[in-house]
Formats: sequence, C-alpha cells, structure tokens
Amino acid sequence: MQRTLEDFLGALRASDVRVSPAEAIDAFRAVFEVGYGDRELFRDALCVTLAKSAEEIDRFEVCFDIFFARDEFTRRGAEPALPPGSPTPDGSATLAEMLSAGDSAGLAQAMEASAARVGAGDIQLRTQRSLIVRRMLDDMGLRALEAQIGALRERGEVEADRLSEQRAGLFVEANRFVERQARLHAAMTARRLREALLSQQALTSVELQDFKAMESLVRRMARRLASRYARRRRHARIGRLDVRRTVSRAMVHGGVPFEVFWKSQAIHKPKIAVICDVSRSVAAAAQFLLLFLYSLNEAVERLDAFAFSDRAIRVNDVLEAETMDDAITLILARIGMRPTNYGAALEDFFALQGARLDRRTTVIVLGDGRSNYSDPRLDLMRQISERARAVIWLNPEPETDWNQGDSRMESYRRFCTVAKSCNTLRQLEQIIDHVLRTYLPKH
Amino acid sequence: MEDGGLAERDARSPGVAGLEGPTAASLDTVEGIIEGLGGVGYIASRRIATALFMATHLRKPILVEGMAGVGKTELALCSAALLGLPLVRLQCYEGLDESKALYEWKYGKQLLYTQILKEHVGAQLAGAADMAGAMARLQDVGEAFFSEMFLEPRPLLKALREPGGAVLLIDEIDKSDEAFEAFLLEILSAYQVSIPEIGVIRATTPPIVFLTSNNMRDLGDALKRRCLHLHIPLPDRRLEERIVASRVPDIVPRLRKELVGFVQGLRSMELRKSPSISETVDWARALVLLHVQSLDAGLVRDTLNLLLKFEQDIAAAEPRIGEFLAHAAHA
Repeated sequence: MQRTLEDFLGALRASDVRVSPAEAIDAFRAVFEVGYGDRELFRDALCVTLAKSAEEIDRFEVCFDIFFARDEFTRRGAEPALPPGSPTPDGSATLAEMLSAGDSAGLAQAMEASAARVGAGDIQLRTQRSLIVRRMLDDMGLRALEAQIGALRERGEVEADRLSEQRAGLFVEANRFVERQARLHAAMTARRLREALLSQQALTSVELQDFKAMESLVRRMARRLASRYARRRRHARIGRLDVRRTVSRAMVHGGVPFEVFWKSQAIHKPKIAVICDVSRSVAAAAQFLLLFLYSLNEAVERLDAFAFSDRAIRVNDVLEAETMDDAITLILARIGMRPTNYGAALEDFFALQGARLDRRTTVIVLGDGRSNYSDPRLDLMRQISERARAVIWLNPEPETDWNQGDSRMESYRRFCTVAKSCNTLRQLEQIIDHVLRTYLPKH
Repeated sequence: MEDGGLAERDARSPGVAGLEGPTAASLDTVEGIIEGLGGVGYIASRRIATALFMATHLRKPILVEGMAGVGKTELALCSAALLGLPLVRLQCYEGLDESKALYEWKYGKQLLYTQILKEHVGAQLAGAADMAGAMARLQDVGEAFFSEMFLEPRPLLKALREPGGAVLLIDEIDKSDEAFEAFLLEILSAYQVSIPEIGVIRATTPPIVFLTSNNMRDLGDALKRRCLHLHIPLPDRRLEERIVASRVPDIVPRLRKELVGFVQGLRSMELRKSPSISETVDWARALVLLHVQSLDAGLVRDTLNLLLKFEQDIAAAEPRIGEFLAHAAHA
C-alpha cells in the first residue's frame, strides 16, 4: 500500500498540489493513525495533511476521486472457461490464458504492472494517449496473443472469434486506464504550459477563449504584487531608541531611565493614481488594462483610478462596487471606444486629481499616447510630473512605433520617470513590481 | 466577527460549565470528537473532526482558514472546552513582535531592584579579597536580574509553560508581519523557544495550536508545511440548520428551516460579503426576540441589514427576497 500512496502523492503533485517530503511523511503518519478501512476518514486525513489552501482542497478531491476509482476490470465475453482461482496470475499466465480464463483480477494486475513499466504515469499531454495504450498492450503480450488468434483462425477454431472479441475488450480497458492517467497527470501540466504561453502573448492578440485564463492570471499576479508591496510598506516599523528624550526624561528620576522613548517613524502611506486609456486605438488591450486596474485596486490600499478616451472620469466607485466583469463593461460603456484626446483627458485628470498630487503620489499612465493630432497639453503633463513623485507610462505599443503617425509618445516621454513598452502580462508584472519597489516611498 | 464568537461563548457558559468533563476515550475516534464538540455547542463536520483528531494524534498545529464568521475561532474555543484545557489566545495584528507575543523583561522591576539594592552593593563587595573576587560576586548578582523572576510571560510562553498542556489560539495570523510568521516556526515545529539570556524553554506538554487566517495575504510555505490545513466552507443547509438549532434553541423549527433556506439562497448570489454562519445565528436570535413564527417579505426587508453589511449587497438582494422566500418554503 505504501507504493500506492506514493503514486497518489505523485498524482497530487501533477495536479498542482505541492507536497513536500515533510508533508509526505505526515501523510504516512496520518494513514498509520487512521488506517485504510474507512474511505472517508482516509480521505479527510490525507486532505488535512496535504492540501494547504482552498484551491488545493478542490484539486485534492478531484485527484483523490480519480485515483482511487480504479474500477474492477469489467468482465467481457463468455463466462470463464476455467473455474476462477485455478490459474495463478503470477505473471506466468499469458495474456491469452488470462483472457480465456476470464481472470479479471489478473488482467488488472498485469495492466498496472505494464503501465508502470512503460511509464504511463509520466504522461504529459493528452495526445500521447494512444501511443501509451499501444506500448502497454505490447508489454502485456499483445503480439503473442495476436499470433495465437491467427493460428487458431487458420485452424478454423471458434476460440479465435472469442479471443479476438476479448482482445477488443482489452483495448477498451487499456484506453480507459490511460485516460484516467491522463486526467491525473496531464491535465494540469497542459494548463501550466498554456498559462506560460499566455503570459508572454501580446495583449492585443489574445484570443477570445483565452480571456478566462488570462483573467485568473492577472488576478494571481496582482495578488502576488500586493503581498510583496505590503511587505515593503510594513518594514521599518520597529523604532529606534530616542536617546535624547529618554535621557532628558530620566533626569526626573535621578538619571535612571524609567521611561524609555522610541523614535517612531511616521508612516507615509504611498498613493497611486492610475490613468487608463480605454479609447478605440487601444481597444484590444483596454480590457486587460482595466482588468489589471481592477485587481490592483483590490490589492493596493490607496489607489485613485481614472479611465479616459476623450474625457477622463474617476472610476474608483465602479471598481469598488461592481464585480470584475460588470466593472469592465460599465467603464467601457461609460467612456470607452471613443476617439482619444489626451489633452482633454489630462485636463480632466488634473482638475479632478491635481490638488491631491504630491511627493507621495506615483502616477501610472496606461495608454498608447495616440492623441488624434489634438493638443497634447504638455504643460499639464509637466505640472503633473513636477508634483508627483514619479510618473510611469506603460505603452502597449512597441517602442519603434512611438512617434509614428499621431503618437505623441516621444513628447510625453520627457515628463515620465519611466516610459516603457509593455505588451504582455509578463512585462506588465515586471514593470509594476519595479514601480512598486522603486518609486514608492519606503515607509 | 470572531469577537462576536467569543461573546457568544460567554453567553452560553453556564451550559458549558454544567458539562461533565469529557472522557478521554471519546477522543480516540472521529465520531467521538464530533459528539464531544456537539456537547460543547460546536456542530462539526467530519472533516473538522478529522483535523482535530489528527492534530491531537500527530501533535501538529492546525491552520484554520475560511471566511469571516464561519466559526474558526469558535472551533479553538470549543476544542479547549472539550479537552478541558486552558485556552491561551494571541490576537495578531500588524506590528506584533516577540516582546508582545513571547516574553518581555520587567524593566521597571529590574530598575527598581537595582535602586533598592544599590546600598547593599558596598556590603556585598566588602569581603572580596581583590578585584577578581568582587567581579565574580557582581556576576552572580547580575545573573539574578535576567532570571525568570523578571520575565514577563506573554501568550506564547504562557502556553508552553502550562504544565498540563493548553490550547493555543493564534488568531488572524494573516494580519501579522512575515517576520513574525517566521518567528513562529520554532514554536510550531519543536514546541520550544529560545530566549538568549536564559536558554531554550521547552513545553512540558505540547499545546494544541490553532492558527486562524482570513486569507488577507498568502501565508508562507514554511508555515503551511508545519501545519495541518483545515478549510471551513460555508455549511450546507442541513448542517446550518443543526448549528442554528444548537445556538438558538428557542427558535421554532419552521422558522429555522425558512431562515436557513433564505440565507442559502442569498449565498447563491454574487455578493460582496456573503452572510456566514455568525450572521445567520445573529439573525435567528433577532427574529426570536421579535417573536417571529414565520418569515414574510416585509420582515425580511426590515431585518436584512443583520445579514448583509454593504448597501450595494442589500440593494442587490432586495428584489429577490420573494423568490428566495418561496424557494426556502418549498425546499
């Protein structure tokens, strides 16, 4: 049974449940305590020791159900020709003997053994299934079986038809077996591969069916950023001894420092103001920019969020009140898909937020800098950059396109602390992380 | 939310006090634990009981996660009552550090003693033959100042020093800093702490440790690895009815059924904060106080603010009250 448990741990790892050696030992200890008799208790005990978050619990349960669902080898064809129990399935029995004897337990054992030999557990992609089925059956002695069927048929014996019928059944069983293995081992690997690809794909060219996957990626990313960001903000809480105050106060007690004073550091909470372009020219990327804005708003405490195309509006209330999908739809409906006018948008932003920009504020602009040849209002941009701690501009277009056509990116760039092209989720994460690390006050 | 849980327990304490001490045999099976927890007013699912069973047998801490108000803190409180152990509670918050969680030197007392003993120093040193002898004597005195006499134990140390063991509740660990989380590792795995001036203090009987988390931030892997993990989900209808029955014994069965059905309906909506068990219980209490026998739409509308804590949620739920009520009545 130890082997089975180890296999199960392997399957869990493949399903994205992280199992460290220490946890594996715990699992064995847990099983030692509860035994194998009570399936529910066995499952709960393993779940409590192995799954360490709500998502992992879900994955654990799916994995457990699949793994421990090895149903009995279904009997096919005729009733056993020999009384059950007489042929010993110790490996000496050939495939044909087991089939004609109807020895389902022996067949199941042989199949598991072959699966282990050809490495069915290493299956990575669903497309490998038929190959592995073939290899398993070969390992079980399919060739010998086929030769035997051929020989029997030549002699015209009825046994040949029965055996070939049973061979078909064997195929079905093997397929089912490998399908289960694939569900255990391949599903998660494939998902991870896809996510890795997605995070590097250009935001403007993401397919519709990948939106959901993208959404969860963005969420996870924002969360990760938020926790790193919180860590940075929290540090330096520990004060230093305020020698001057402590000594002067100690005078009262004849020089004995009864009361100790600490230099408490004023904690400046950083502020972020984000202006997000949702106009027609960035239509494809706008969804993700908003998605990111939404997740960031959940993560960062003081975020002022604006969306603009030809005018800018504050969208904090929408981000707070609505669910993610509704918020994005609502913002796009209110202000999105119109021709861009950066000048007017900056005007609005400045009117709404200008007074609140100070040395603790970081301004992040998400947009392509394409302003339809309208006045870019560089004067406002300068004022913003003078007041704010830093201005970060993230542009979904590659740098070579900046200043082509109606893009005023090169002019705006002058007033930015950082201006970067950012067209994949990976880049977005890296840059935002960099922003949070560098341009926010330390405490 | 969690504090509400504490108050609830206090309100019930006569019942708990009247309980006979649990027999040790009852904790040897999961069923026994379910029954025992039921006896102290906690209706546990099998998985919860299994977690407690594993914690007592493997001597590992339990990390309890779940929404606010599903009974995480309550589980620790009731386990303490069930096991007949004292409960030591450490509430975490941002900035919590060793001096508040583990121990602190009684600075004031140390200073006071030095002042008082000042005069005796001369007498002490009078008999010393030379400088080395005087130093040696001073050293003995100095050691005394960093002994347990001047040690102010905080919750963690208290829990370790309970001779018969204790239930240690480290509440809302996600609110503490990462540094503190790392600091906990020694206690959680070896049940010991190192105090530089004294040495290692080891628990005579390892406490049963509960850590609760609302998932404000992701906890470190090192911490998770040392703990059993228990996620308490929102209960299904039957379990919730039993919980309400246990917490609000005066409620009539019909109202209980309707109210749980209604809350379950609310949970199917995408709300900013779904009502959890503590809200259901609060609502049930309120309805009992109002002598309600059966729910109707007007009454629900008037008392909805007990279940939903955000204006937007209330606005979203109001138009669907009738639908949920009808559903609850037929289920």
